[in-house]
Order: sequence, then structure tokens, then C-alpha cells
Amino acid sequence: MLEEKITELKRELIGFATLVERMIEKSVKGLHEKKRESLLEVIEKDEPKTNALEISMDALCASMIAQFEPKAKDLRIALMVAKMSSDLERMGDHAVNIAESALFLTEKPLVKPLVDIPKMAEVTIKMLKDSISSFIEENSKLAKEVCERDNTVDELKDKILSELITLMSQDPSTIERSLHLLRISGNLERIADLSTNICEDVIYMTEGKVIKHQSKNW
Amino acid sequence: MESTILTIEDFSAYFGTNQVLNNVNLSVAQKKVTAIMGPSGCGKTTLIRCINRMHELVPAAQVSGRILLHDKNLYSMNPIIVRRKIGMVFQKPNPFPTMSIYDNVIAGYKLNGIRIGKREKDEIVEESLKRAALWGEVKDNLHRKGTFLSGGQQQRLCIARALAMHPEILLLDEPTSALDPKATAHIEELIAELKKQVTIIIVTHNIAQAARISDFTAFIYLGELVEYGTSEKMFTVPKDKRTEEYLTGKFG
Amino acid sequence: MSNYTLSLRIIKDRGFKTLVILFSFITIVPLLFILFHIIKNGIGVINWQFLTSLPKPVGEVGGGIANAIVGTFILIVMSCMLSIPLGVSAGIYLSERREGWLASLVRLSVDILQGIPSIVMGILAYAWVVLSLGTFSAFSGSVALGIMMLPIIVRSTEETLKLIPEMLKEASLSLGVPYYRTVLRVILPAGASGIVTGILLSVARVAGETAPLLFTAFGSPFMDVNIFKPVNSLPLVIFNYATSPYPSWHQLAWGASLVLVGMVLTLNFSAKLVTKRWKVQF
Repeated sequence: MLEEKITELKRELIGFATLVERMIEKSVKGLHEKKRESLLEVIEKDEPKTNALEISMDALCASMIAQFEPKAKDLRIALMVAKMSSDLERMGDHAVNIAESALFLTEKPLVKPLVDIPKMAEVTIKMLKDSISSFIEENSKLAKEVCERDNTVDELKDKILSELITLMSQDPSTIERSLHLLRISGNLERIADLSTNICEDVIYMTEGKVIKHQSKNW
Repeated sequence: MESTILTIEDFSAYFGTNQVLNNVNLSVAQKKVTAIMGPSGCGKTTLIRCINRMHELVPAAQVSGRILLHDKNLYSMNPIIVRRKIGMVFQKPNPFPTMSIYDNVIAGYKLNGIRIGKREKDEIVEESLKRAALWGEVKDNLHRKGTFLSGGQQQRLCIARALAMHPEILLLDEPTSALDPKATAHIEELIAELKKQVTIIIVTHNIAQAARISDFTAFIYLGELVEYGTSEKMFTVPKDKRTEEYLTGKFG
Repeated sequence: MSNYTLSLRIIKDRGFKTLVILFSFITIVPLLFILFHIIKNGIGVINWQFLTSLPKPVGEVGGGIANAIVGTFILIVMSCMLSIPLGVSAGIYLSERREGWLASLVRLSVDILQGIPSIVMGILAYAWVVLSLGTFSAFSGSVALGIMMLPIIVRSTEETLKLIPEMLKEASLSLGVPYYRTVLRVILPAGASGIVTGILLSVARVAGETAPLLFTAFGSPFMDVNIFKPVNSLPLVIFNYATSPYPSWHQLAWGASLVLVGMVLTLNFSAKLVTKRWKVQF
């Protein structure tokens, strides 16, 4: 009874995460390949789904706690899944932001060849994938390792920022496009942060240890 | 959408002039566990005893309204037939003390004078005891009287006895309130298995139990059906204020 | 509380306890005396011939109580046949119906019946049966005895069945078993020990009744198994022989008394055994 409910919870969360992954991929790919349809899909079709999913996951966690009065790890699972689902919903919002800026950029010529942004996207998406894997496998070692990759993302964002600053100061006509690119990199960085949140939740769930707000202290 | 096996329509019950149930309307889903919860004396036991027509055995008992089993009104059927289609397990385990375990299981047939061959009897006994998760513990002692069994085992024997009649619905009247926690857990696991084959209606005053094992829950208070819905919703966002108060322990 | 009052209380306490125990012990004494006397006087008479031969006229040696034993047996069997179905049924009815005019009436009748003197029973049976049939008979005797057995059987059946928990009945009814079968195949078996005990005790009670038999069974020197003829029985034998002027017959009376007492004691012990072995614990 309780085990079935937990299985359902995990399954729903995995489905949610998969949707969000797709959204990020579609947004970045749409920017790269200038595909307007997939960008519009993210904004109009996928985003409402994430909202609905967050609401239904909340209800699921609440009913699991109300009905089964779980203790210890089972309780932590219920609590953390609720948190993770809200993080996933925020990731969805960030993916939408990326898609919106990408829509603007598809109609304009590139200010510079896209190298770092796809790279950032790749790391971010892998972080999300691995954080969900660490949840499924209840693997806190993997979760800790994912948290460390956040540095890479931060560094990439800083690199993009300084490049674009140089670009904008040289040629004011690139400002609008550059700002959109900055927005995209900022949103990707936020997605990576949210993935580390998920990892922290996984560590609490599996070990009962709180490592929030400490980042590099273990 | 689950199919409905039992419909209770505008149903009221009385002991003489004392009204115990007031205009209850309820549809019970097939092959699911429906819990009926409420504070003591709210009428929940009376309700299930009306379903298998045991209520009318009390002098001055009266009812009004209908209870339909697959569209047939139970109150226009022979009560004996009703009780063979709808089995009941009571609060305190009550195996027949003068009969062996074997005879207890097929008591429904024996006492009714229904003649069946020995092989069929053996099959029914084994099947029922297996469904009640008791077979392994008693199979070598079938012809001993059931008095050596523990409370939990006796209760499972009573469940087997009810199941032997192949009822469509099994009514459980606070089946674990006289048992220790381990035996209670056994019975709850058993219910989760049984519901795949039999519709189960369980009366309980234990809110946590109702929440744990039921798919649907009805909350009865002062003879009225206050709220009825899926257990998922009922225990997280009850619609009626009285339900909310009952669940948060304000009364009962 | 002063020391004086306290020690006085302790003495009174001990005194009371001693008195209670003493008086309880004294109650055993009559039984011991009775048994001692009967065994002492009767044991010499008991032999195979005594138990298996018919009474002989005065003056002849020998003579036995064979027909009395058989007669007592016949009377008991027949009065059981009359009283058990009626008594057990009434007991079932009373245990089911606590209130109601019929139940109250039955209870009242049974209570009053219990108080009617046995000799009055005898006269009544004489008037109803003996005069109607035109002859003394075992049948009339068993009518009298049967009526005397009724109150005990009704009461013990009622009390036994009342002790059976309602849930046993409910368990049976919930299986779709009709009421009459529930009573016959669940409740009565569960109460069997109490009911049988009640029957045995009521038999023990009437086995030694003499007065009613004086006008009904009447007694007979012959071995007769025709229930519509007079029949001999142990109490009649004792009465007749003990009130006779012949010492040899007095001896026979002691012998018959021993047999009768032996029978009653056996019934009592059997009742205890039945309770022990068959009693269902709830």
C-alpha cells in the first residue's frame, strides 16, 4: 500500500523531469537551428503541463502523508518529492524564458558563433539528468558529484558575460541581441542551481543529512 | 470510473421511534475497499447491518428507503439469500466453539443443509483458508477445534468462513479492534489482497486505518452521511467542516 | 484507634472466620451420616439375586427388586420423553424473549409449578390419568414426574442459553442460516452441557419421589413393561417394605435405599462430569 504509493510518486516525478529535460533541449536546439515551431511548443504546450504536474504532485505527496503517516525515510521521500516538483516547475519557467529569447534571436543574425551556450546547455542538461538518476538510484555519491559541476556552469556564464560585454562596448547595435543571449545563459545557470537543489534534497532523503546552504563543505 | 455494486438510496433506519440513520445516499464501488468512519454511536454499524439485513433481527427495528445490489432491492429479497451473498465479519472473532476448523470454514454449507461432496468440501476449505492467509498455519490441524488459535488467527478463520460462501460483498465490522497491532497489520494486508476479488466495506473508528487501507471513505455523523469520496481527497482536503473537525480530533 | 479496640477487632475477626469454617464443615456431616448409615445397613442385602429377582410374598426367603429397578427406569425414560421436549423448548423461548406477555406467563407458571407439593401432583395425575384410563399405570406416574421435572429443565436451559454470547447466533445468521437451524445446530450444541446437566439433575430429583407414585404407578409385584399397567419402583419398594411389620422386609428396604441413593449419586456425578467435559468456554 505504502510501497505502491511511493512507487507512484517516483514514477510521476521521473515523468515530470523528463518533460522538463525535453523543454530545455527544445529551447536550446530551437535557438541553434532556428526552429520556431518547437520554441512555440515549449511556451504554449509544455509550460501549462508543468504547472498541472506540479499541482498534481503536491496533491499526491499530501495524500501520501495524510493516508499513510509515513515515518523516517518514507516521510523524507514525500517531503523532498514535493520540493523537487516545485523546483522542476521553476526549471520549466526558465526553459520558457530561454525559448522566448530564442524566438527573438531566430529572426536576427548571430552576434557571434554559438559555442558556449550550447556547451552550458549540455552541462546543465546532464546535471538535471544525473540529479534525477541519483534520486531514482538513491545514490547520494552521484548527487554530491553533480553539485560540484555547478562551478563549471558558473564559470561558463562568467565567460559569456565578459565576452558579450566586450562585444556590446565595441558595437552598440549588438546590445539587444546580446542581452537576450545573457538572459539565456542566466536562465541556464539558474536551471543548474535548481539541479543542485534537487541533489541536496536527494542527500537529505537518503542520508538524513542537511547540506543545504553549505555548498562546498564536505 | 469504477462500476457500482451497491446503491443505498434515501435510506433511514430506526429502533422503534428512535431514528438512527437519516436519508443516506451512497454508491459503493465494486472490488474496492470502502471505509465507513465516524464517532461512536453515529450509526455506522447500523448501516452495514442494514446492508446484510441483520438490523431487522432486533425487535422494533425499522427501515425505509432502498438498498440495491446490482439493481435488485435487497429489501424485496429473502433475507436469507441476502446474507448468503453478503458476508460479515464481526468485531470480536466468533468461530463456532463446538466445531473443528474444517467444519467452521464450511459452516455456511453445513448449517444450511447444502449437500456437497467431500472433495468439493476439501477444495472450498483449502481455497477459503488460503484466501484468508491462514492455510499454512492450520493445514495440519484442520480437525482440531479452533480454540487454540490466537485472536488474529481466529479472526482470519471467521474471514475464511465468510469467504467460503463466495459472497459478492464482505462487510467487516471493526474487524481489528479486538486484536493486537501485529494481527491488525496482517488483516490489513489481507484486505489489500482480498479487494481484488471481493468488494469490501469496512466500519472502523480508527481514522488512520480508514486512511491507510481504503479507496473510498464515507464519514457518518449523527446518522447522517456527511461526506463521501476518494480517500486521497477526503484526508487531505475534506469538503465538509464537520469532516475536517473529526479528522483533526475536535470530537469523536 | 486504641490498642484495646484493635486487638478486640482482631479477635472478633478470627472468631468470625473460625465460626464460618466450622459451620461449613458441619454441613457435610448430615451427608456423611446418611451415606454411612445406608451403606452400613444396606450393603449386606445387595447381591446378584437381590438385584435380579422379583419380590416374594411375606415369609419367603429371598426376593429382590428387579422389577423396581426396571420400573424406575421406565418411569424415568417416559417422564424424560414428556418433559425434555417441552422443557427445552420453553427454555429456548424464555432465553430469546426477555419481555412479552407469553414469556412472563411461562416464567410465572414454571416458578409456581416448582412449588407444588409432589403429593398434590400425584393426586392430580390420579384424577386426570388414572381415572380416565381406569387403571394405575406407569404412564400416569411419568406424567406426574414429568411435570415435576419441567421447572428444573426450563430454568437450567434458559440460564444456559442466556450465557451463550449473542455473537454466536449472529455468526450463524450472518451466513444466511435460518433461525430454527441456528437454534438447533449452533445454540443447542453450544449449550449442551448446561442443558444435559439440568436434565440429569431433574432426573436425580424425581428418581426418589414417592408420593406421586402412590396414586399413579401404584407398585406391582410383577415385572411388567406395559406402560399402561401399574409398575413397581424403588421409592415405592422402600415405602412399602419400610412401613411393613416384617424385619426381613426392613432389610430389603435398606438395600433398595442403597441402590436408589447410589443411582442418585451417580446421576449427580455424571452431571458434574458432563459440565467438566462438555462445557464450552466463552
